[in-house]
Amino acid sequence: MAEKSGADILVDTLVDQGVEVIFGYPGGAVLPIYDAIFEHPKIRHILVRHEQAATHAAEGYARATGKPGVVLVTSGPGATNAVTGITDAFMDSIPMVVITGQVPTPLIGSDAFQEADTVGITRHCCKHNYLVKDPAKLGAVMHEAFFIATHGRPGPVVIDIPKDVQVAKGDPSAAPVSSHKSYRPKTSARTDEVDAALDLIAKADAPIFYTGGGIINSGPEASASLRRIAELTGAPVTSTLMGLGAFPATSPQWMGMLGMHGTYEANMAMNRADLVICLGARFDDRVTGRLDAFSPDSTKIHVDIDRSSINKTVAVDLPIVADVGDFLEALCAHWEERQMERRDLSEWWARIKGWRATECLAYPEHDKLIMPQRAIENLFNATRGHNPIITTEVGQHQMWAAQHFHFDDPNKWLTSGGLGTMGYGLPAAIGAQIAFPDALVIDIAGEASIQMNIQELATATQYRLPVKIFILNNEYMGMVRQWQELTYESRYSSSYSDALPDFVKLGEAYGWTGIRIEKPEELDAGIDAMINTDGPVIVDCRVAKLANCFPMIPSGAAHTEMLLQADEVSGKMDDEAKALV
Amino acid sequence: MHITETAPERHVLTVTVDNEAGILARIAGMFTARGYNIESLTVADVTEDHAISRITIVTNGPPHVIEQIIAQLDRLVPVHKVADLTDIGPHVQRELALVKVAGVGEHRIEALRLAEVYRASVVDATTESFIFEITGAPDKIQSFIDLMRQVGLVEVGRTGVVAIVRGKEAS
Ligand SMILES: Cc1ncc(C[n+]2csc(CCOP(=O)(O)OP(=O)(O)O)c2C)c(N)n1
Ligand SMILES: [Mg+2]
Repeated sequence: MAEKSGADILVDTLVDQGVEVIFGYPGGAVLPIYDAIFEHPKIRHILVRHEQAATHAAEGYARATGKPGVVLVTSGPGATNAVTGITDAFMDSIPMVVITGQVPTPLIGSDAFQEADTVGITRHCCKHNYLVKDPAKLGAVMHEAFFIATHGRPGPVVIDIPKDVQVAKGDPSAAPVSSHKSYRPKTSARTDEVDAALDLIAKADAPIFYTGGGIINSGPEASASLRRIAELTGAPVTSTLMGLGAFPATSPQWMGMLGMHGTYEANMAMNRADLVICLGARFDDRVTGRLDAFSPDSTKIHVDIDRSSINKTVAVDLPIVADVGDFLEALCAHWEERQMERRDLSEWWARIKGWRATECLAYPEHDKLIMPQRAIENLFNATRGHNPIITTEVGQHQMWAAQHFHFDDPNKWLTSGGLGTMGYGLPAAIGAQIAFPDALVIDIAGEASIQMNIQELATATQYRLPVKIFILNNEYMGMVRQWQELTYESRYSSSYSDALPDFVKLGEAYGWTGIRIEKPEELDAGIDAMINTDGPVIVDCRVAKLANCFPMIPSGAAHTEMLLQADEVSGKMDDEAKALV
Repeated sequence: MHITETAPERHVLTVTVDNEAGILARIAGMFTARGYNIESLTVADVTEDHAISRITIVTNGPPHVIEQIIAQLDRLVPVHKVADLTDIGPHVQRELALVKVAGVGEHRIEALRLAEVYRASVVDATTESFIFEITGAPDKIQSFIDLMRQVGLVEVGRTGVVAIVRGKEAS
């Protein structure tokens, strides 16, 4: 085969991989690649305004489509700016391929202009990374990277390419295209494992499915199988923040989210269950609360594609390393083959009914102020017919969105769970909107978070993306303030959002439509105006400033020790509790 | 508030990996990032084509931490296989040390006598010093070094442990 430049080989592999969009930002060390994609007929480059946003946009694209997101940034500052998003994707298992430029090979290690040890910096915040020194090997490395990013537990893969390697020529057929020579994660459960799980389910009196982002990652079939097994067993289903949408919120078996800001019924059911079936979730500390009090009397089944997630924080009785989708399909098939009988769970459901009666998501209404929960609820009601894609930033608004916005389908809820990255929502919404130009994509934001990647307003304007931003503006870093109320007797150290911009004017300056909602009676009209305005819209919704997010399990407390309302907050904590995140 | 820890166990792990740039940093960094201990770590490529390296890691931690260490190693893309020799059963552990001792008179004679008992060989000698080379299980080496301390120990270099399972099977 003819020799080609590294840059051309790279672009060829992107085309071979079916990549349609890349998110990036140019610079000296990637100019050859930028030239190779100039006016490219198949690959669309989306120019962001900050490399962090490129990574979150790629995450949003990946989360909404199930396809890997691709990022292209320059060396040095380009690469270091991308680190937050790479880490975010690593924590939330998002498939992503990040191409970084590097200084020419002879200059590596000399502190050359815009040199950073990208491979060293990203080594522990990505699934795998490469420094490619031979253009002939670039094609194989690229294919390998896509394979690794999308197989097993998905994650980001970084490929660092020195500029001379982009320019030099090599014969791409010299290094054969491969998946990866040895990386073959186990994805199917063994028959005996499936049967053992079925046996446990068949005799449980108080079972609960605890599902996570793994179901979304596994694909829509996994969500379908989850619905099927829930129907067959009649058991309740709860989910982590990352798994919302895998199971329909409209189902009577849906318990709401579990964990720190989960529902009372989900947490009580976890605590009292005799069988917990954990599917593609990882017993994160935000979910378990105090470990020694976590679901103390249950037998636990844990299905995860990553063996290291199993027995990491919670010891389980039946560990199964498998893709949850494969496992659930086999579980349903075996259930039918064995003609299992659904067990009578009426007593269990009666207890659940009792917990539900606390109406833990209820909040005080106000006639002069917009309660943030009310804003989310009305936003949900007004948009549900559109089957919107929702992204969030990080803070109280994120938790209120998780509690009061309800999802019936996977891939509609994009949020930063593991890393909790403020600034995720707007670029993620841009990535999702690129993938689905006609969808209603809304970033539910806080006034503090939105400023972390506010420059991306320009990206949406440039590509005519009708992204909507709905800011719950409480003039506080509300979640920080809430913790200060809980822990530090309301000493609001640096949690007030001072010197806020006029978001309406700010939006207008970028070519967006700005809407301000100040009073409860303006809420619905404002939401409707947002939905019905073509093009991007930023809504500054002024909400009650001091509202807090409940229910809440204070960190270090047990599921049974939920605070349901603000009057249960004492404002003091001992050092043990203060030391927990 | 105080920070508490549970009692550790010593485990010898062997890790088969692709012999590629950065692999050692990847493994050592995983240990530091997650707060695991490394007592010793040795690495060398072991196949004819130099494509595969074998890393022997001596670590310690409570059983659930050891299980996590193995799982975390296993999850790294260039790692082919992780074996816990402590768990598998009988295995041979060997380490090599170079031990420099300086002294004259009685100390010098005593050092030589002990070296003979421990089957350490003299690889360098001056009128005032010896360098001994000793191989063996880590505890034998440790007790030799402890003895040498009393007769003029100057400097020690140790390779760290390599280990292999007894019998005809590979680990
Ligand atoms: C990049 C980053 N920095 C700091 C934090 C810590 N943090 C968590 S929530 C929060 C406040 C968010 O404020 P805002 O966006 O207004 O949301 P609210 O809680 O008021 O809804 C902060 C600072 C974080 N999650 N991410
Ligand atoms: Mg706020």
